[in-house]
This record gives sequence, C-alpha cells and structure tokens, in this order.
Amino acid sequence: MVETHYASTQFTIYLQRNGVGVLAKSAFMLWLHRFGSLPYFYRVSRPIALALAVPGVLLAAYGVYGGLVNAPVDYQQGDAFRILYIHVPSAWLSLFGYTSMAIAGAVALVWRLKLAEIFVVAAAPVGASFTFLALVTGSIWGKPMWGTWWVWDARLTSELILLFLYLGVIALHNAIESPRSAARACALLSVVGVINVPIIHFSVEWWNTLHQGPTVTRFGRPAMEMAMLWPLLCAALGFTLMFGWLTLWNMRVQLLRRERRSRWVKKVFSDA
Amino acid sequence: MTRTRRRRLMLVGGLFVGLAAATALALTAFSENILYFYQPSEIVGGQAPTHTRFRIGGLVETGSVERNNDDLLVRFTLADCEASVPVQFRGTLPDLFREGQGIVAYGQLNESGQFVADEVLAKHDENYMSPDVAEAMKDASGTSCMPSNMQAQR
Repeated sequence: MVETHYASTQFTIYLQRNGVGVLAKSAFMLWLHRFGSLPYFYRVSRPIALALAVPGVLLAAYGVYGGLVNAPVDYQQGDAFRILYIHVPSAWLSLFGYTSMAIAGAVALVWRLKLAEIFVVAAAPVGASFTFLALVTGSIWGKPMWGTWWVWDARLTSELILLFLYLGVIALHNAIESPRSAARACALLSVVGVINVPIIHFSVEWWNTLHQGPTVTRFGRPAMEMAMLWPLLCAALGFTLMFGWLTLWNMRVQLLRRERRSRWVKKVFSDA
Repeated sequence: MTRTRRRRLMLVGGLFVGLAAATALALTAFSENILYFYQPSEIVGGQAPTHTRFRIGGLVETGSVERNNDDLLVRFTLADCEASVPVQFRGTLPDLFREGQGIVAYGQLNESGQFVADEVLAKHDENYMSPDVAEAMKDASGTSCMPSNMQAQR
C-alpha cells in the first residue's frame, strides 16, 4: 500500500531526526502524517461522511419538524417566528464555517498541509449556501415582523459582507490556475476575513440595530421557552453535522480533482 | 517546529493582529455612523442631527397612540427610560406595532420638536414564549421601562 509505505518512511525519518526518546510525540506525529496522507484520507473520509450525514439529516429533520409543527406559537409574533428554525442554524453555520476555514487557512499557510488547503476550498461553497439561506430567511421574516425586507443595520450589513467574503474565496480559487497558489490565496483571505465574524456576532450589542439581540447565547434568564428552544438546538446540531458531511464530501471531490494525475487516483478509478 | 514554520506562524499571526487592531480602530472611529437609530433621550439631549433625516428608536408609550378617523395619520410618543419624543406618521404600520412595542421610525424633526416619520419599522425582542407563559410572566414581574433590545451598550 502506498500510504503505509509513506507513513513508515515518515516515521523512520522522524526517528532518525529525533531519537527514540520522543516516541510518544512521534506516535502522534505518525497519526498526523497518516491522516495527512491523501489516499488514506480519501479512503476513511467516505465512512466518516456517511456517519455524519445520517444523524445530521435525521436531527435536522426532527428539529425543523418540531419547530414548524410542535412548538407553541409566539406570544407576539404568532406563527411567523417559526422561520427561526431555519434562520438561526443557517446563521450559526455561516459563522462556524468561516471560522473553521480561517483556522484551516492558518494551518495551511504555516504548515503547508494539503488537507487544510483543500478544506478551505471545499468549505467555502457550503458556508456560502448557509449564509445565503440565513440572509433570505431573515428577509422573509423581516417583511411581516419589521415591515421591511432589508435594512442597512450593523448585523445585516456585516452578514452580507460575510457572504461576499465566501464568494471571494470561491472566486479566488477559480481565478488562479495553479492549485497550490490558489489554495494559498484562499487561505489568506479566510484568515483576513475572519475579523468579520466577531463583528457579526457582537454587532447587536455594540450598536443600535434593528435586529434583536442574542437569545440562545445569552446568560442569565433564558430568553426562550424550553419547548421552543429544544427543537432549535436539535436543528442547529443537525445542520452542523450536515455541514461536516457536505464539506467532507466536497473535500473528496476537490482532492480527486487536484490529484487527478497521481498514481493513487488513477488506481482508485481503475479498480472501480 | 522548524524555523521557517515559526517565521510563517509569526507572519500570519502578525497579519491577523494588525488587521484586527486596524478594524477595531476604524469601527470605534465610525461608531456614530454605524448606529442604526438614536434614542429619545439622545434626541432631547441634542445629540441627534436637526436638519437631516435620521432614525429614532424607542418604545411606543402606552396610551399615547391617536389615530385620525378620516386618514392614515397616527400620532404617538416614543420613549426610553429618560425622555419621550412625539412622532407623527402617515401610512400603514407593521403588524407588530402596538403600545409598549419597540419601534424604529425614519424621518426628521420639525420646528416644534415633533418627529415626522415616513417609515415605521417594528423591532421585536430576543424573547420567545407562548401566550400563556407571557401571561404568567406579566403577573410575576412588572415590565421594565425599556426592554434590553432597545439599549445598546456603549
């Protein structure tokens, strides 16, 4: 096997460099190198993705159904508040996705880890989709509740900038021909753009905005009844697992595309 | 960690810290412009612009809403904990408009200190509950003069 050979070579080099005294550390490094090995990742990512997909879809469906059907109506907003069961998980993932891209981007820039580069590229369209969903559902909510589809307050504007950052990463990746330079540019934009994430989160506290303040992450008195909160948490967890699934799957696609000339990819397809 | 990696880590970290500092400074400098609305006490205190259009956000004072019978003119006062400003508006109000509700109105102050609005948006708060829980909470505690969603921390 190519990857076993790769890993054992790495291990030997490591021992030669550092001696046997750092065996515990090198065991971790071995695992890291093994997981960093692309054919190994390609092989194990498939069952991992499926293991995320099944509970993710089930939890999301349970949460959304519970929110849309079972949760009680809101005392002021009536049934219209139910759109938050899509809106809040999407908005959460728009922030989570970009933060994870920034962390992977920093790893890619410093350690030149190929998988981290691929993660940045693969997560961008998934995160962009959730951001788009958050903006659209928010707008549909805003029209009956606020009386307008859109306002340029700090929360909405910074979230729109986040969508443009995602689109920027996607566009950069498509614009640069060399995959390595493209990935490095995307990683850099992710790291730089992550400054927007705390701005989005705290915008409703730092400035007067039309958007209301945080409900779930607020300390002290719970701002939401348990019967309403529970489906929301399920939906958020389910959406997060789905984010992992979709991103991992896209990583596999990007990986094959990038390594299409390598021997192991050719072997994958000749075996199939 | 090799020397090149440490150098790259410093570079990425330095870039991030520098940009974060620059952003923080810029946002602090422009803080006034990012404010979506002024509160009634700020307007009474003279902090709001007098000759341009701006937004005012506050609670519709209970018992202050007056409607005309023959057209869509509505008068009410918007208040925060310290001050209140009379507002007039001609048009359709959003569903959530009611006494005690947070409202953001867009318009201009006239000579007599009345705020003439041409757009009224409702601001809902971060509390979600069913009608019976809301009813139970009303018995337990009196409402504060200003829900937390109308107070920006500055």
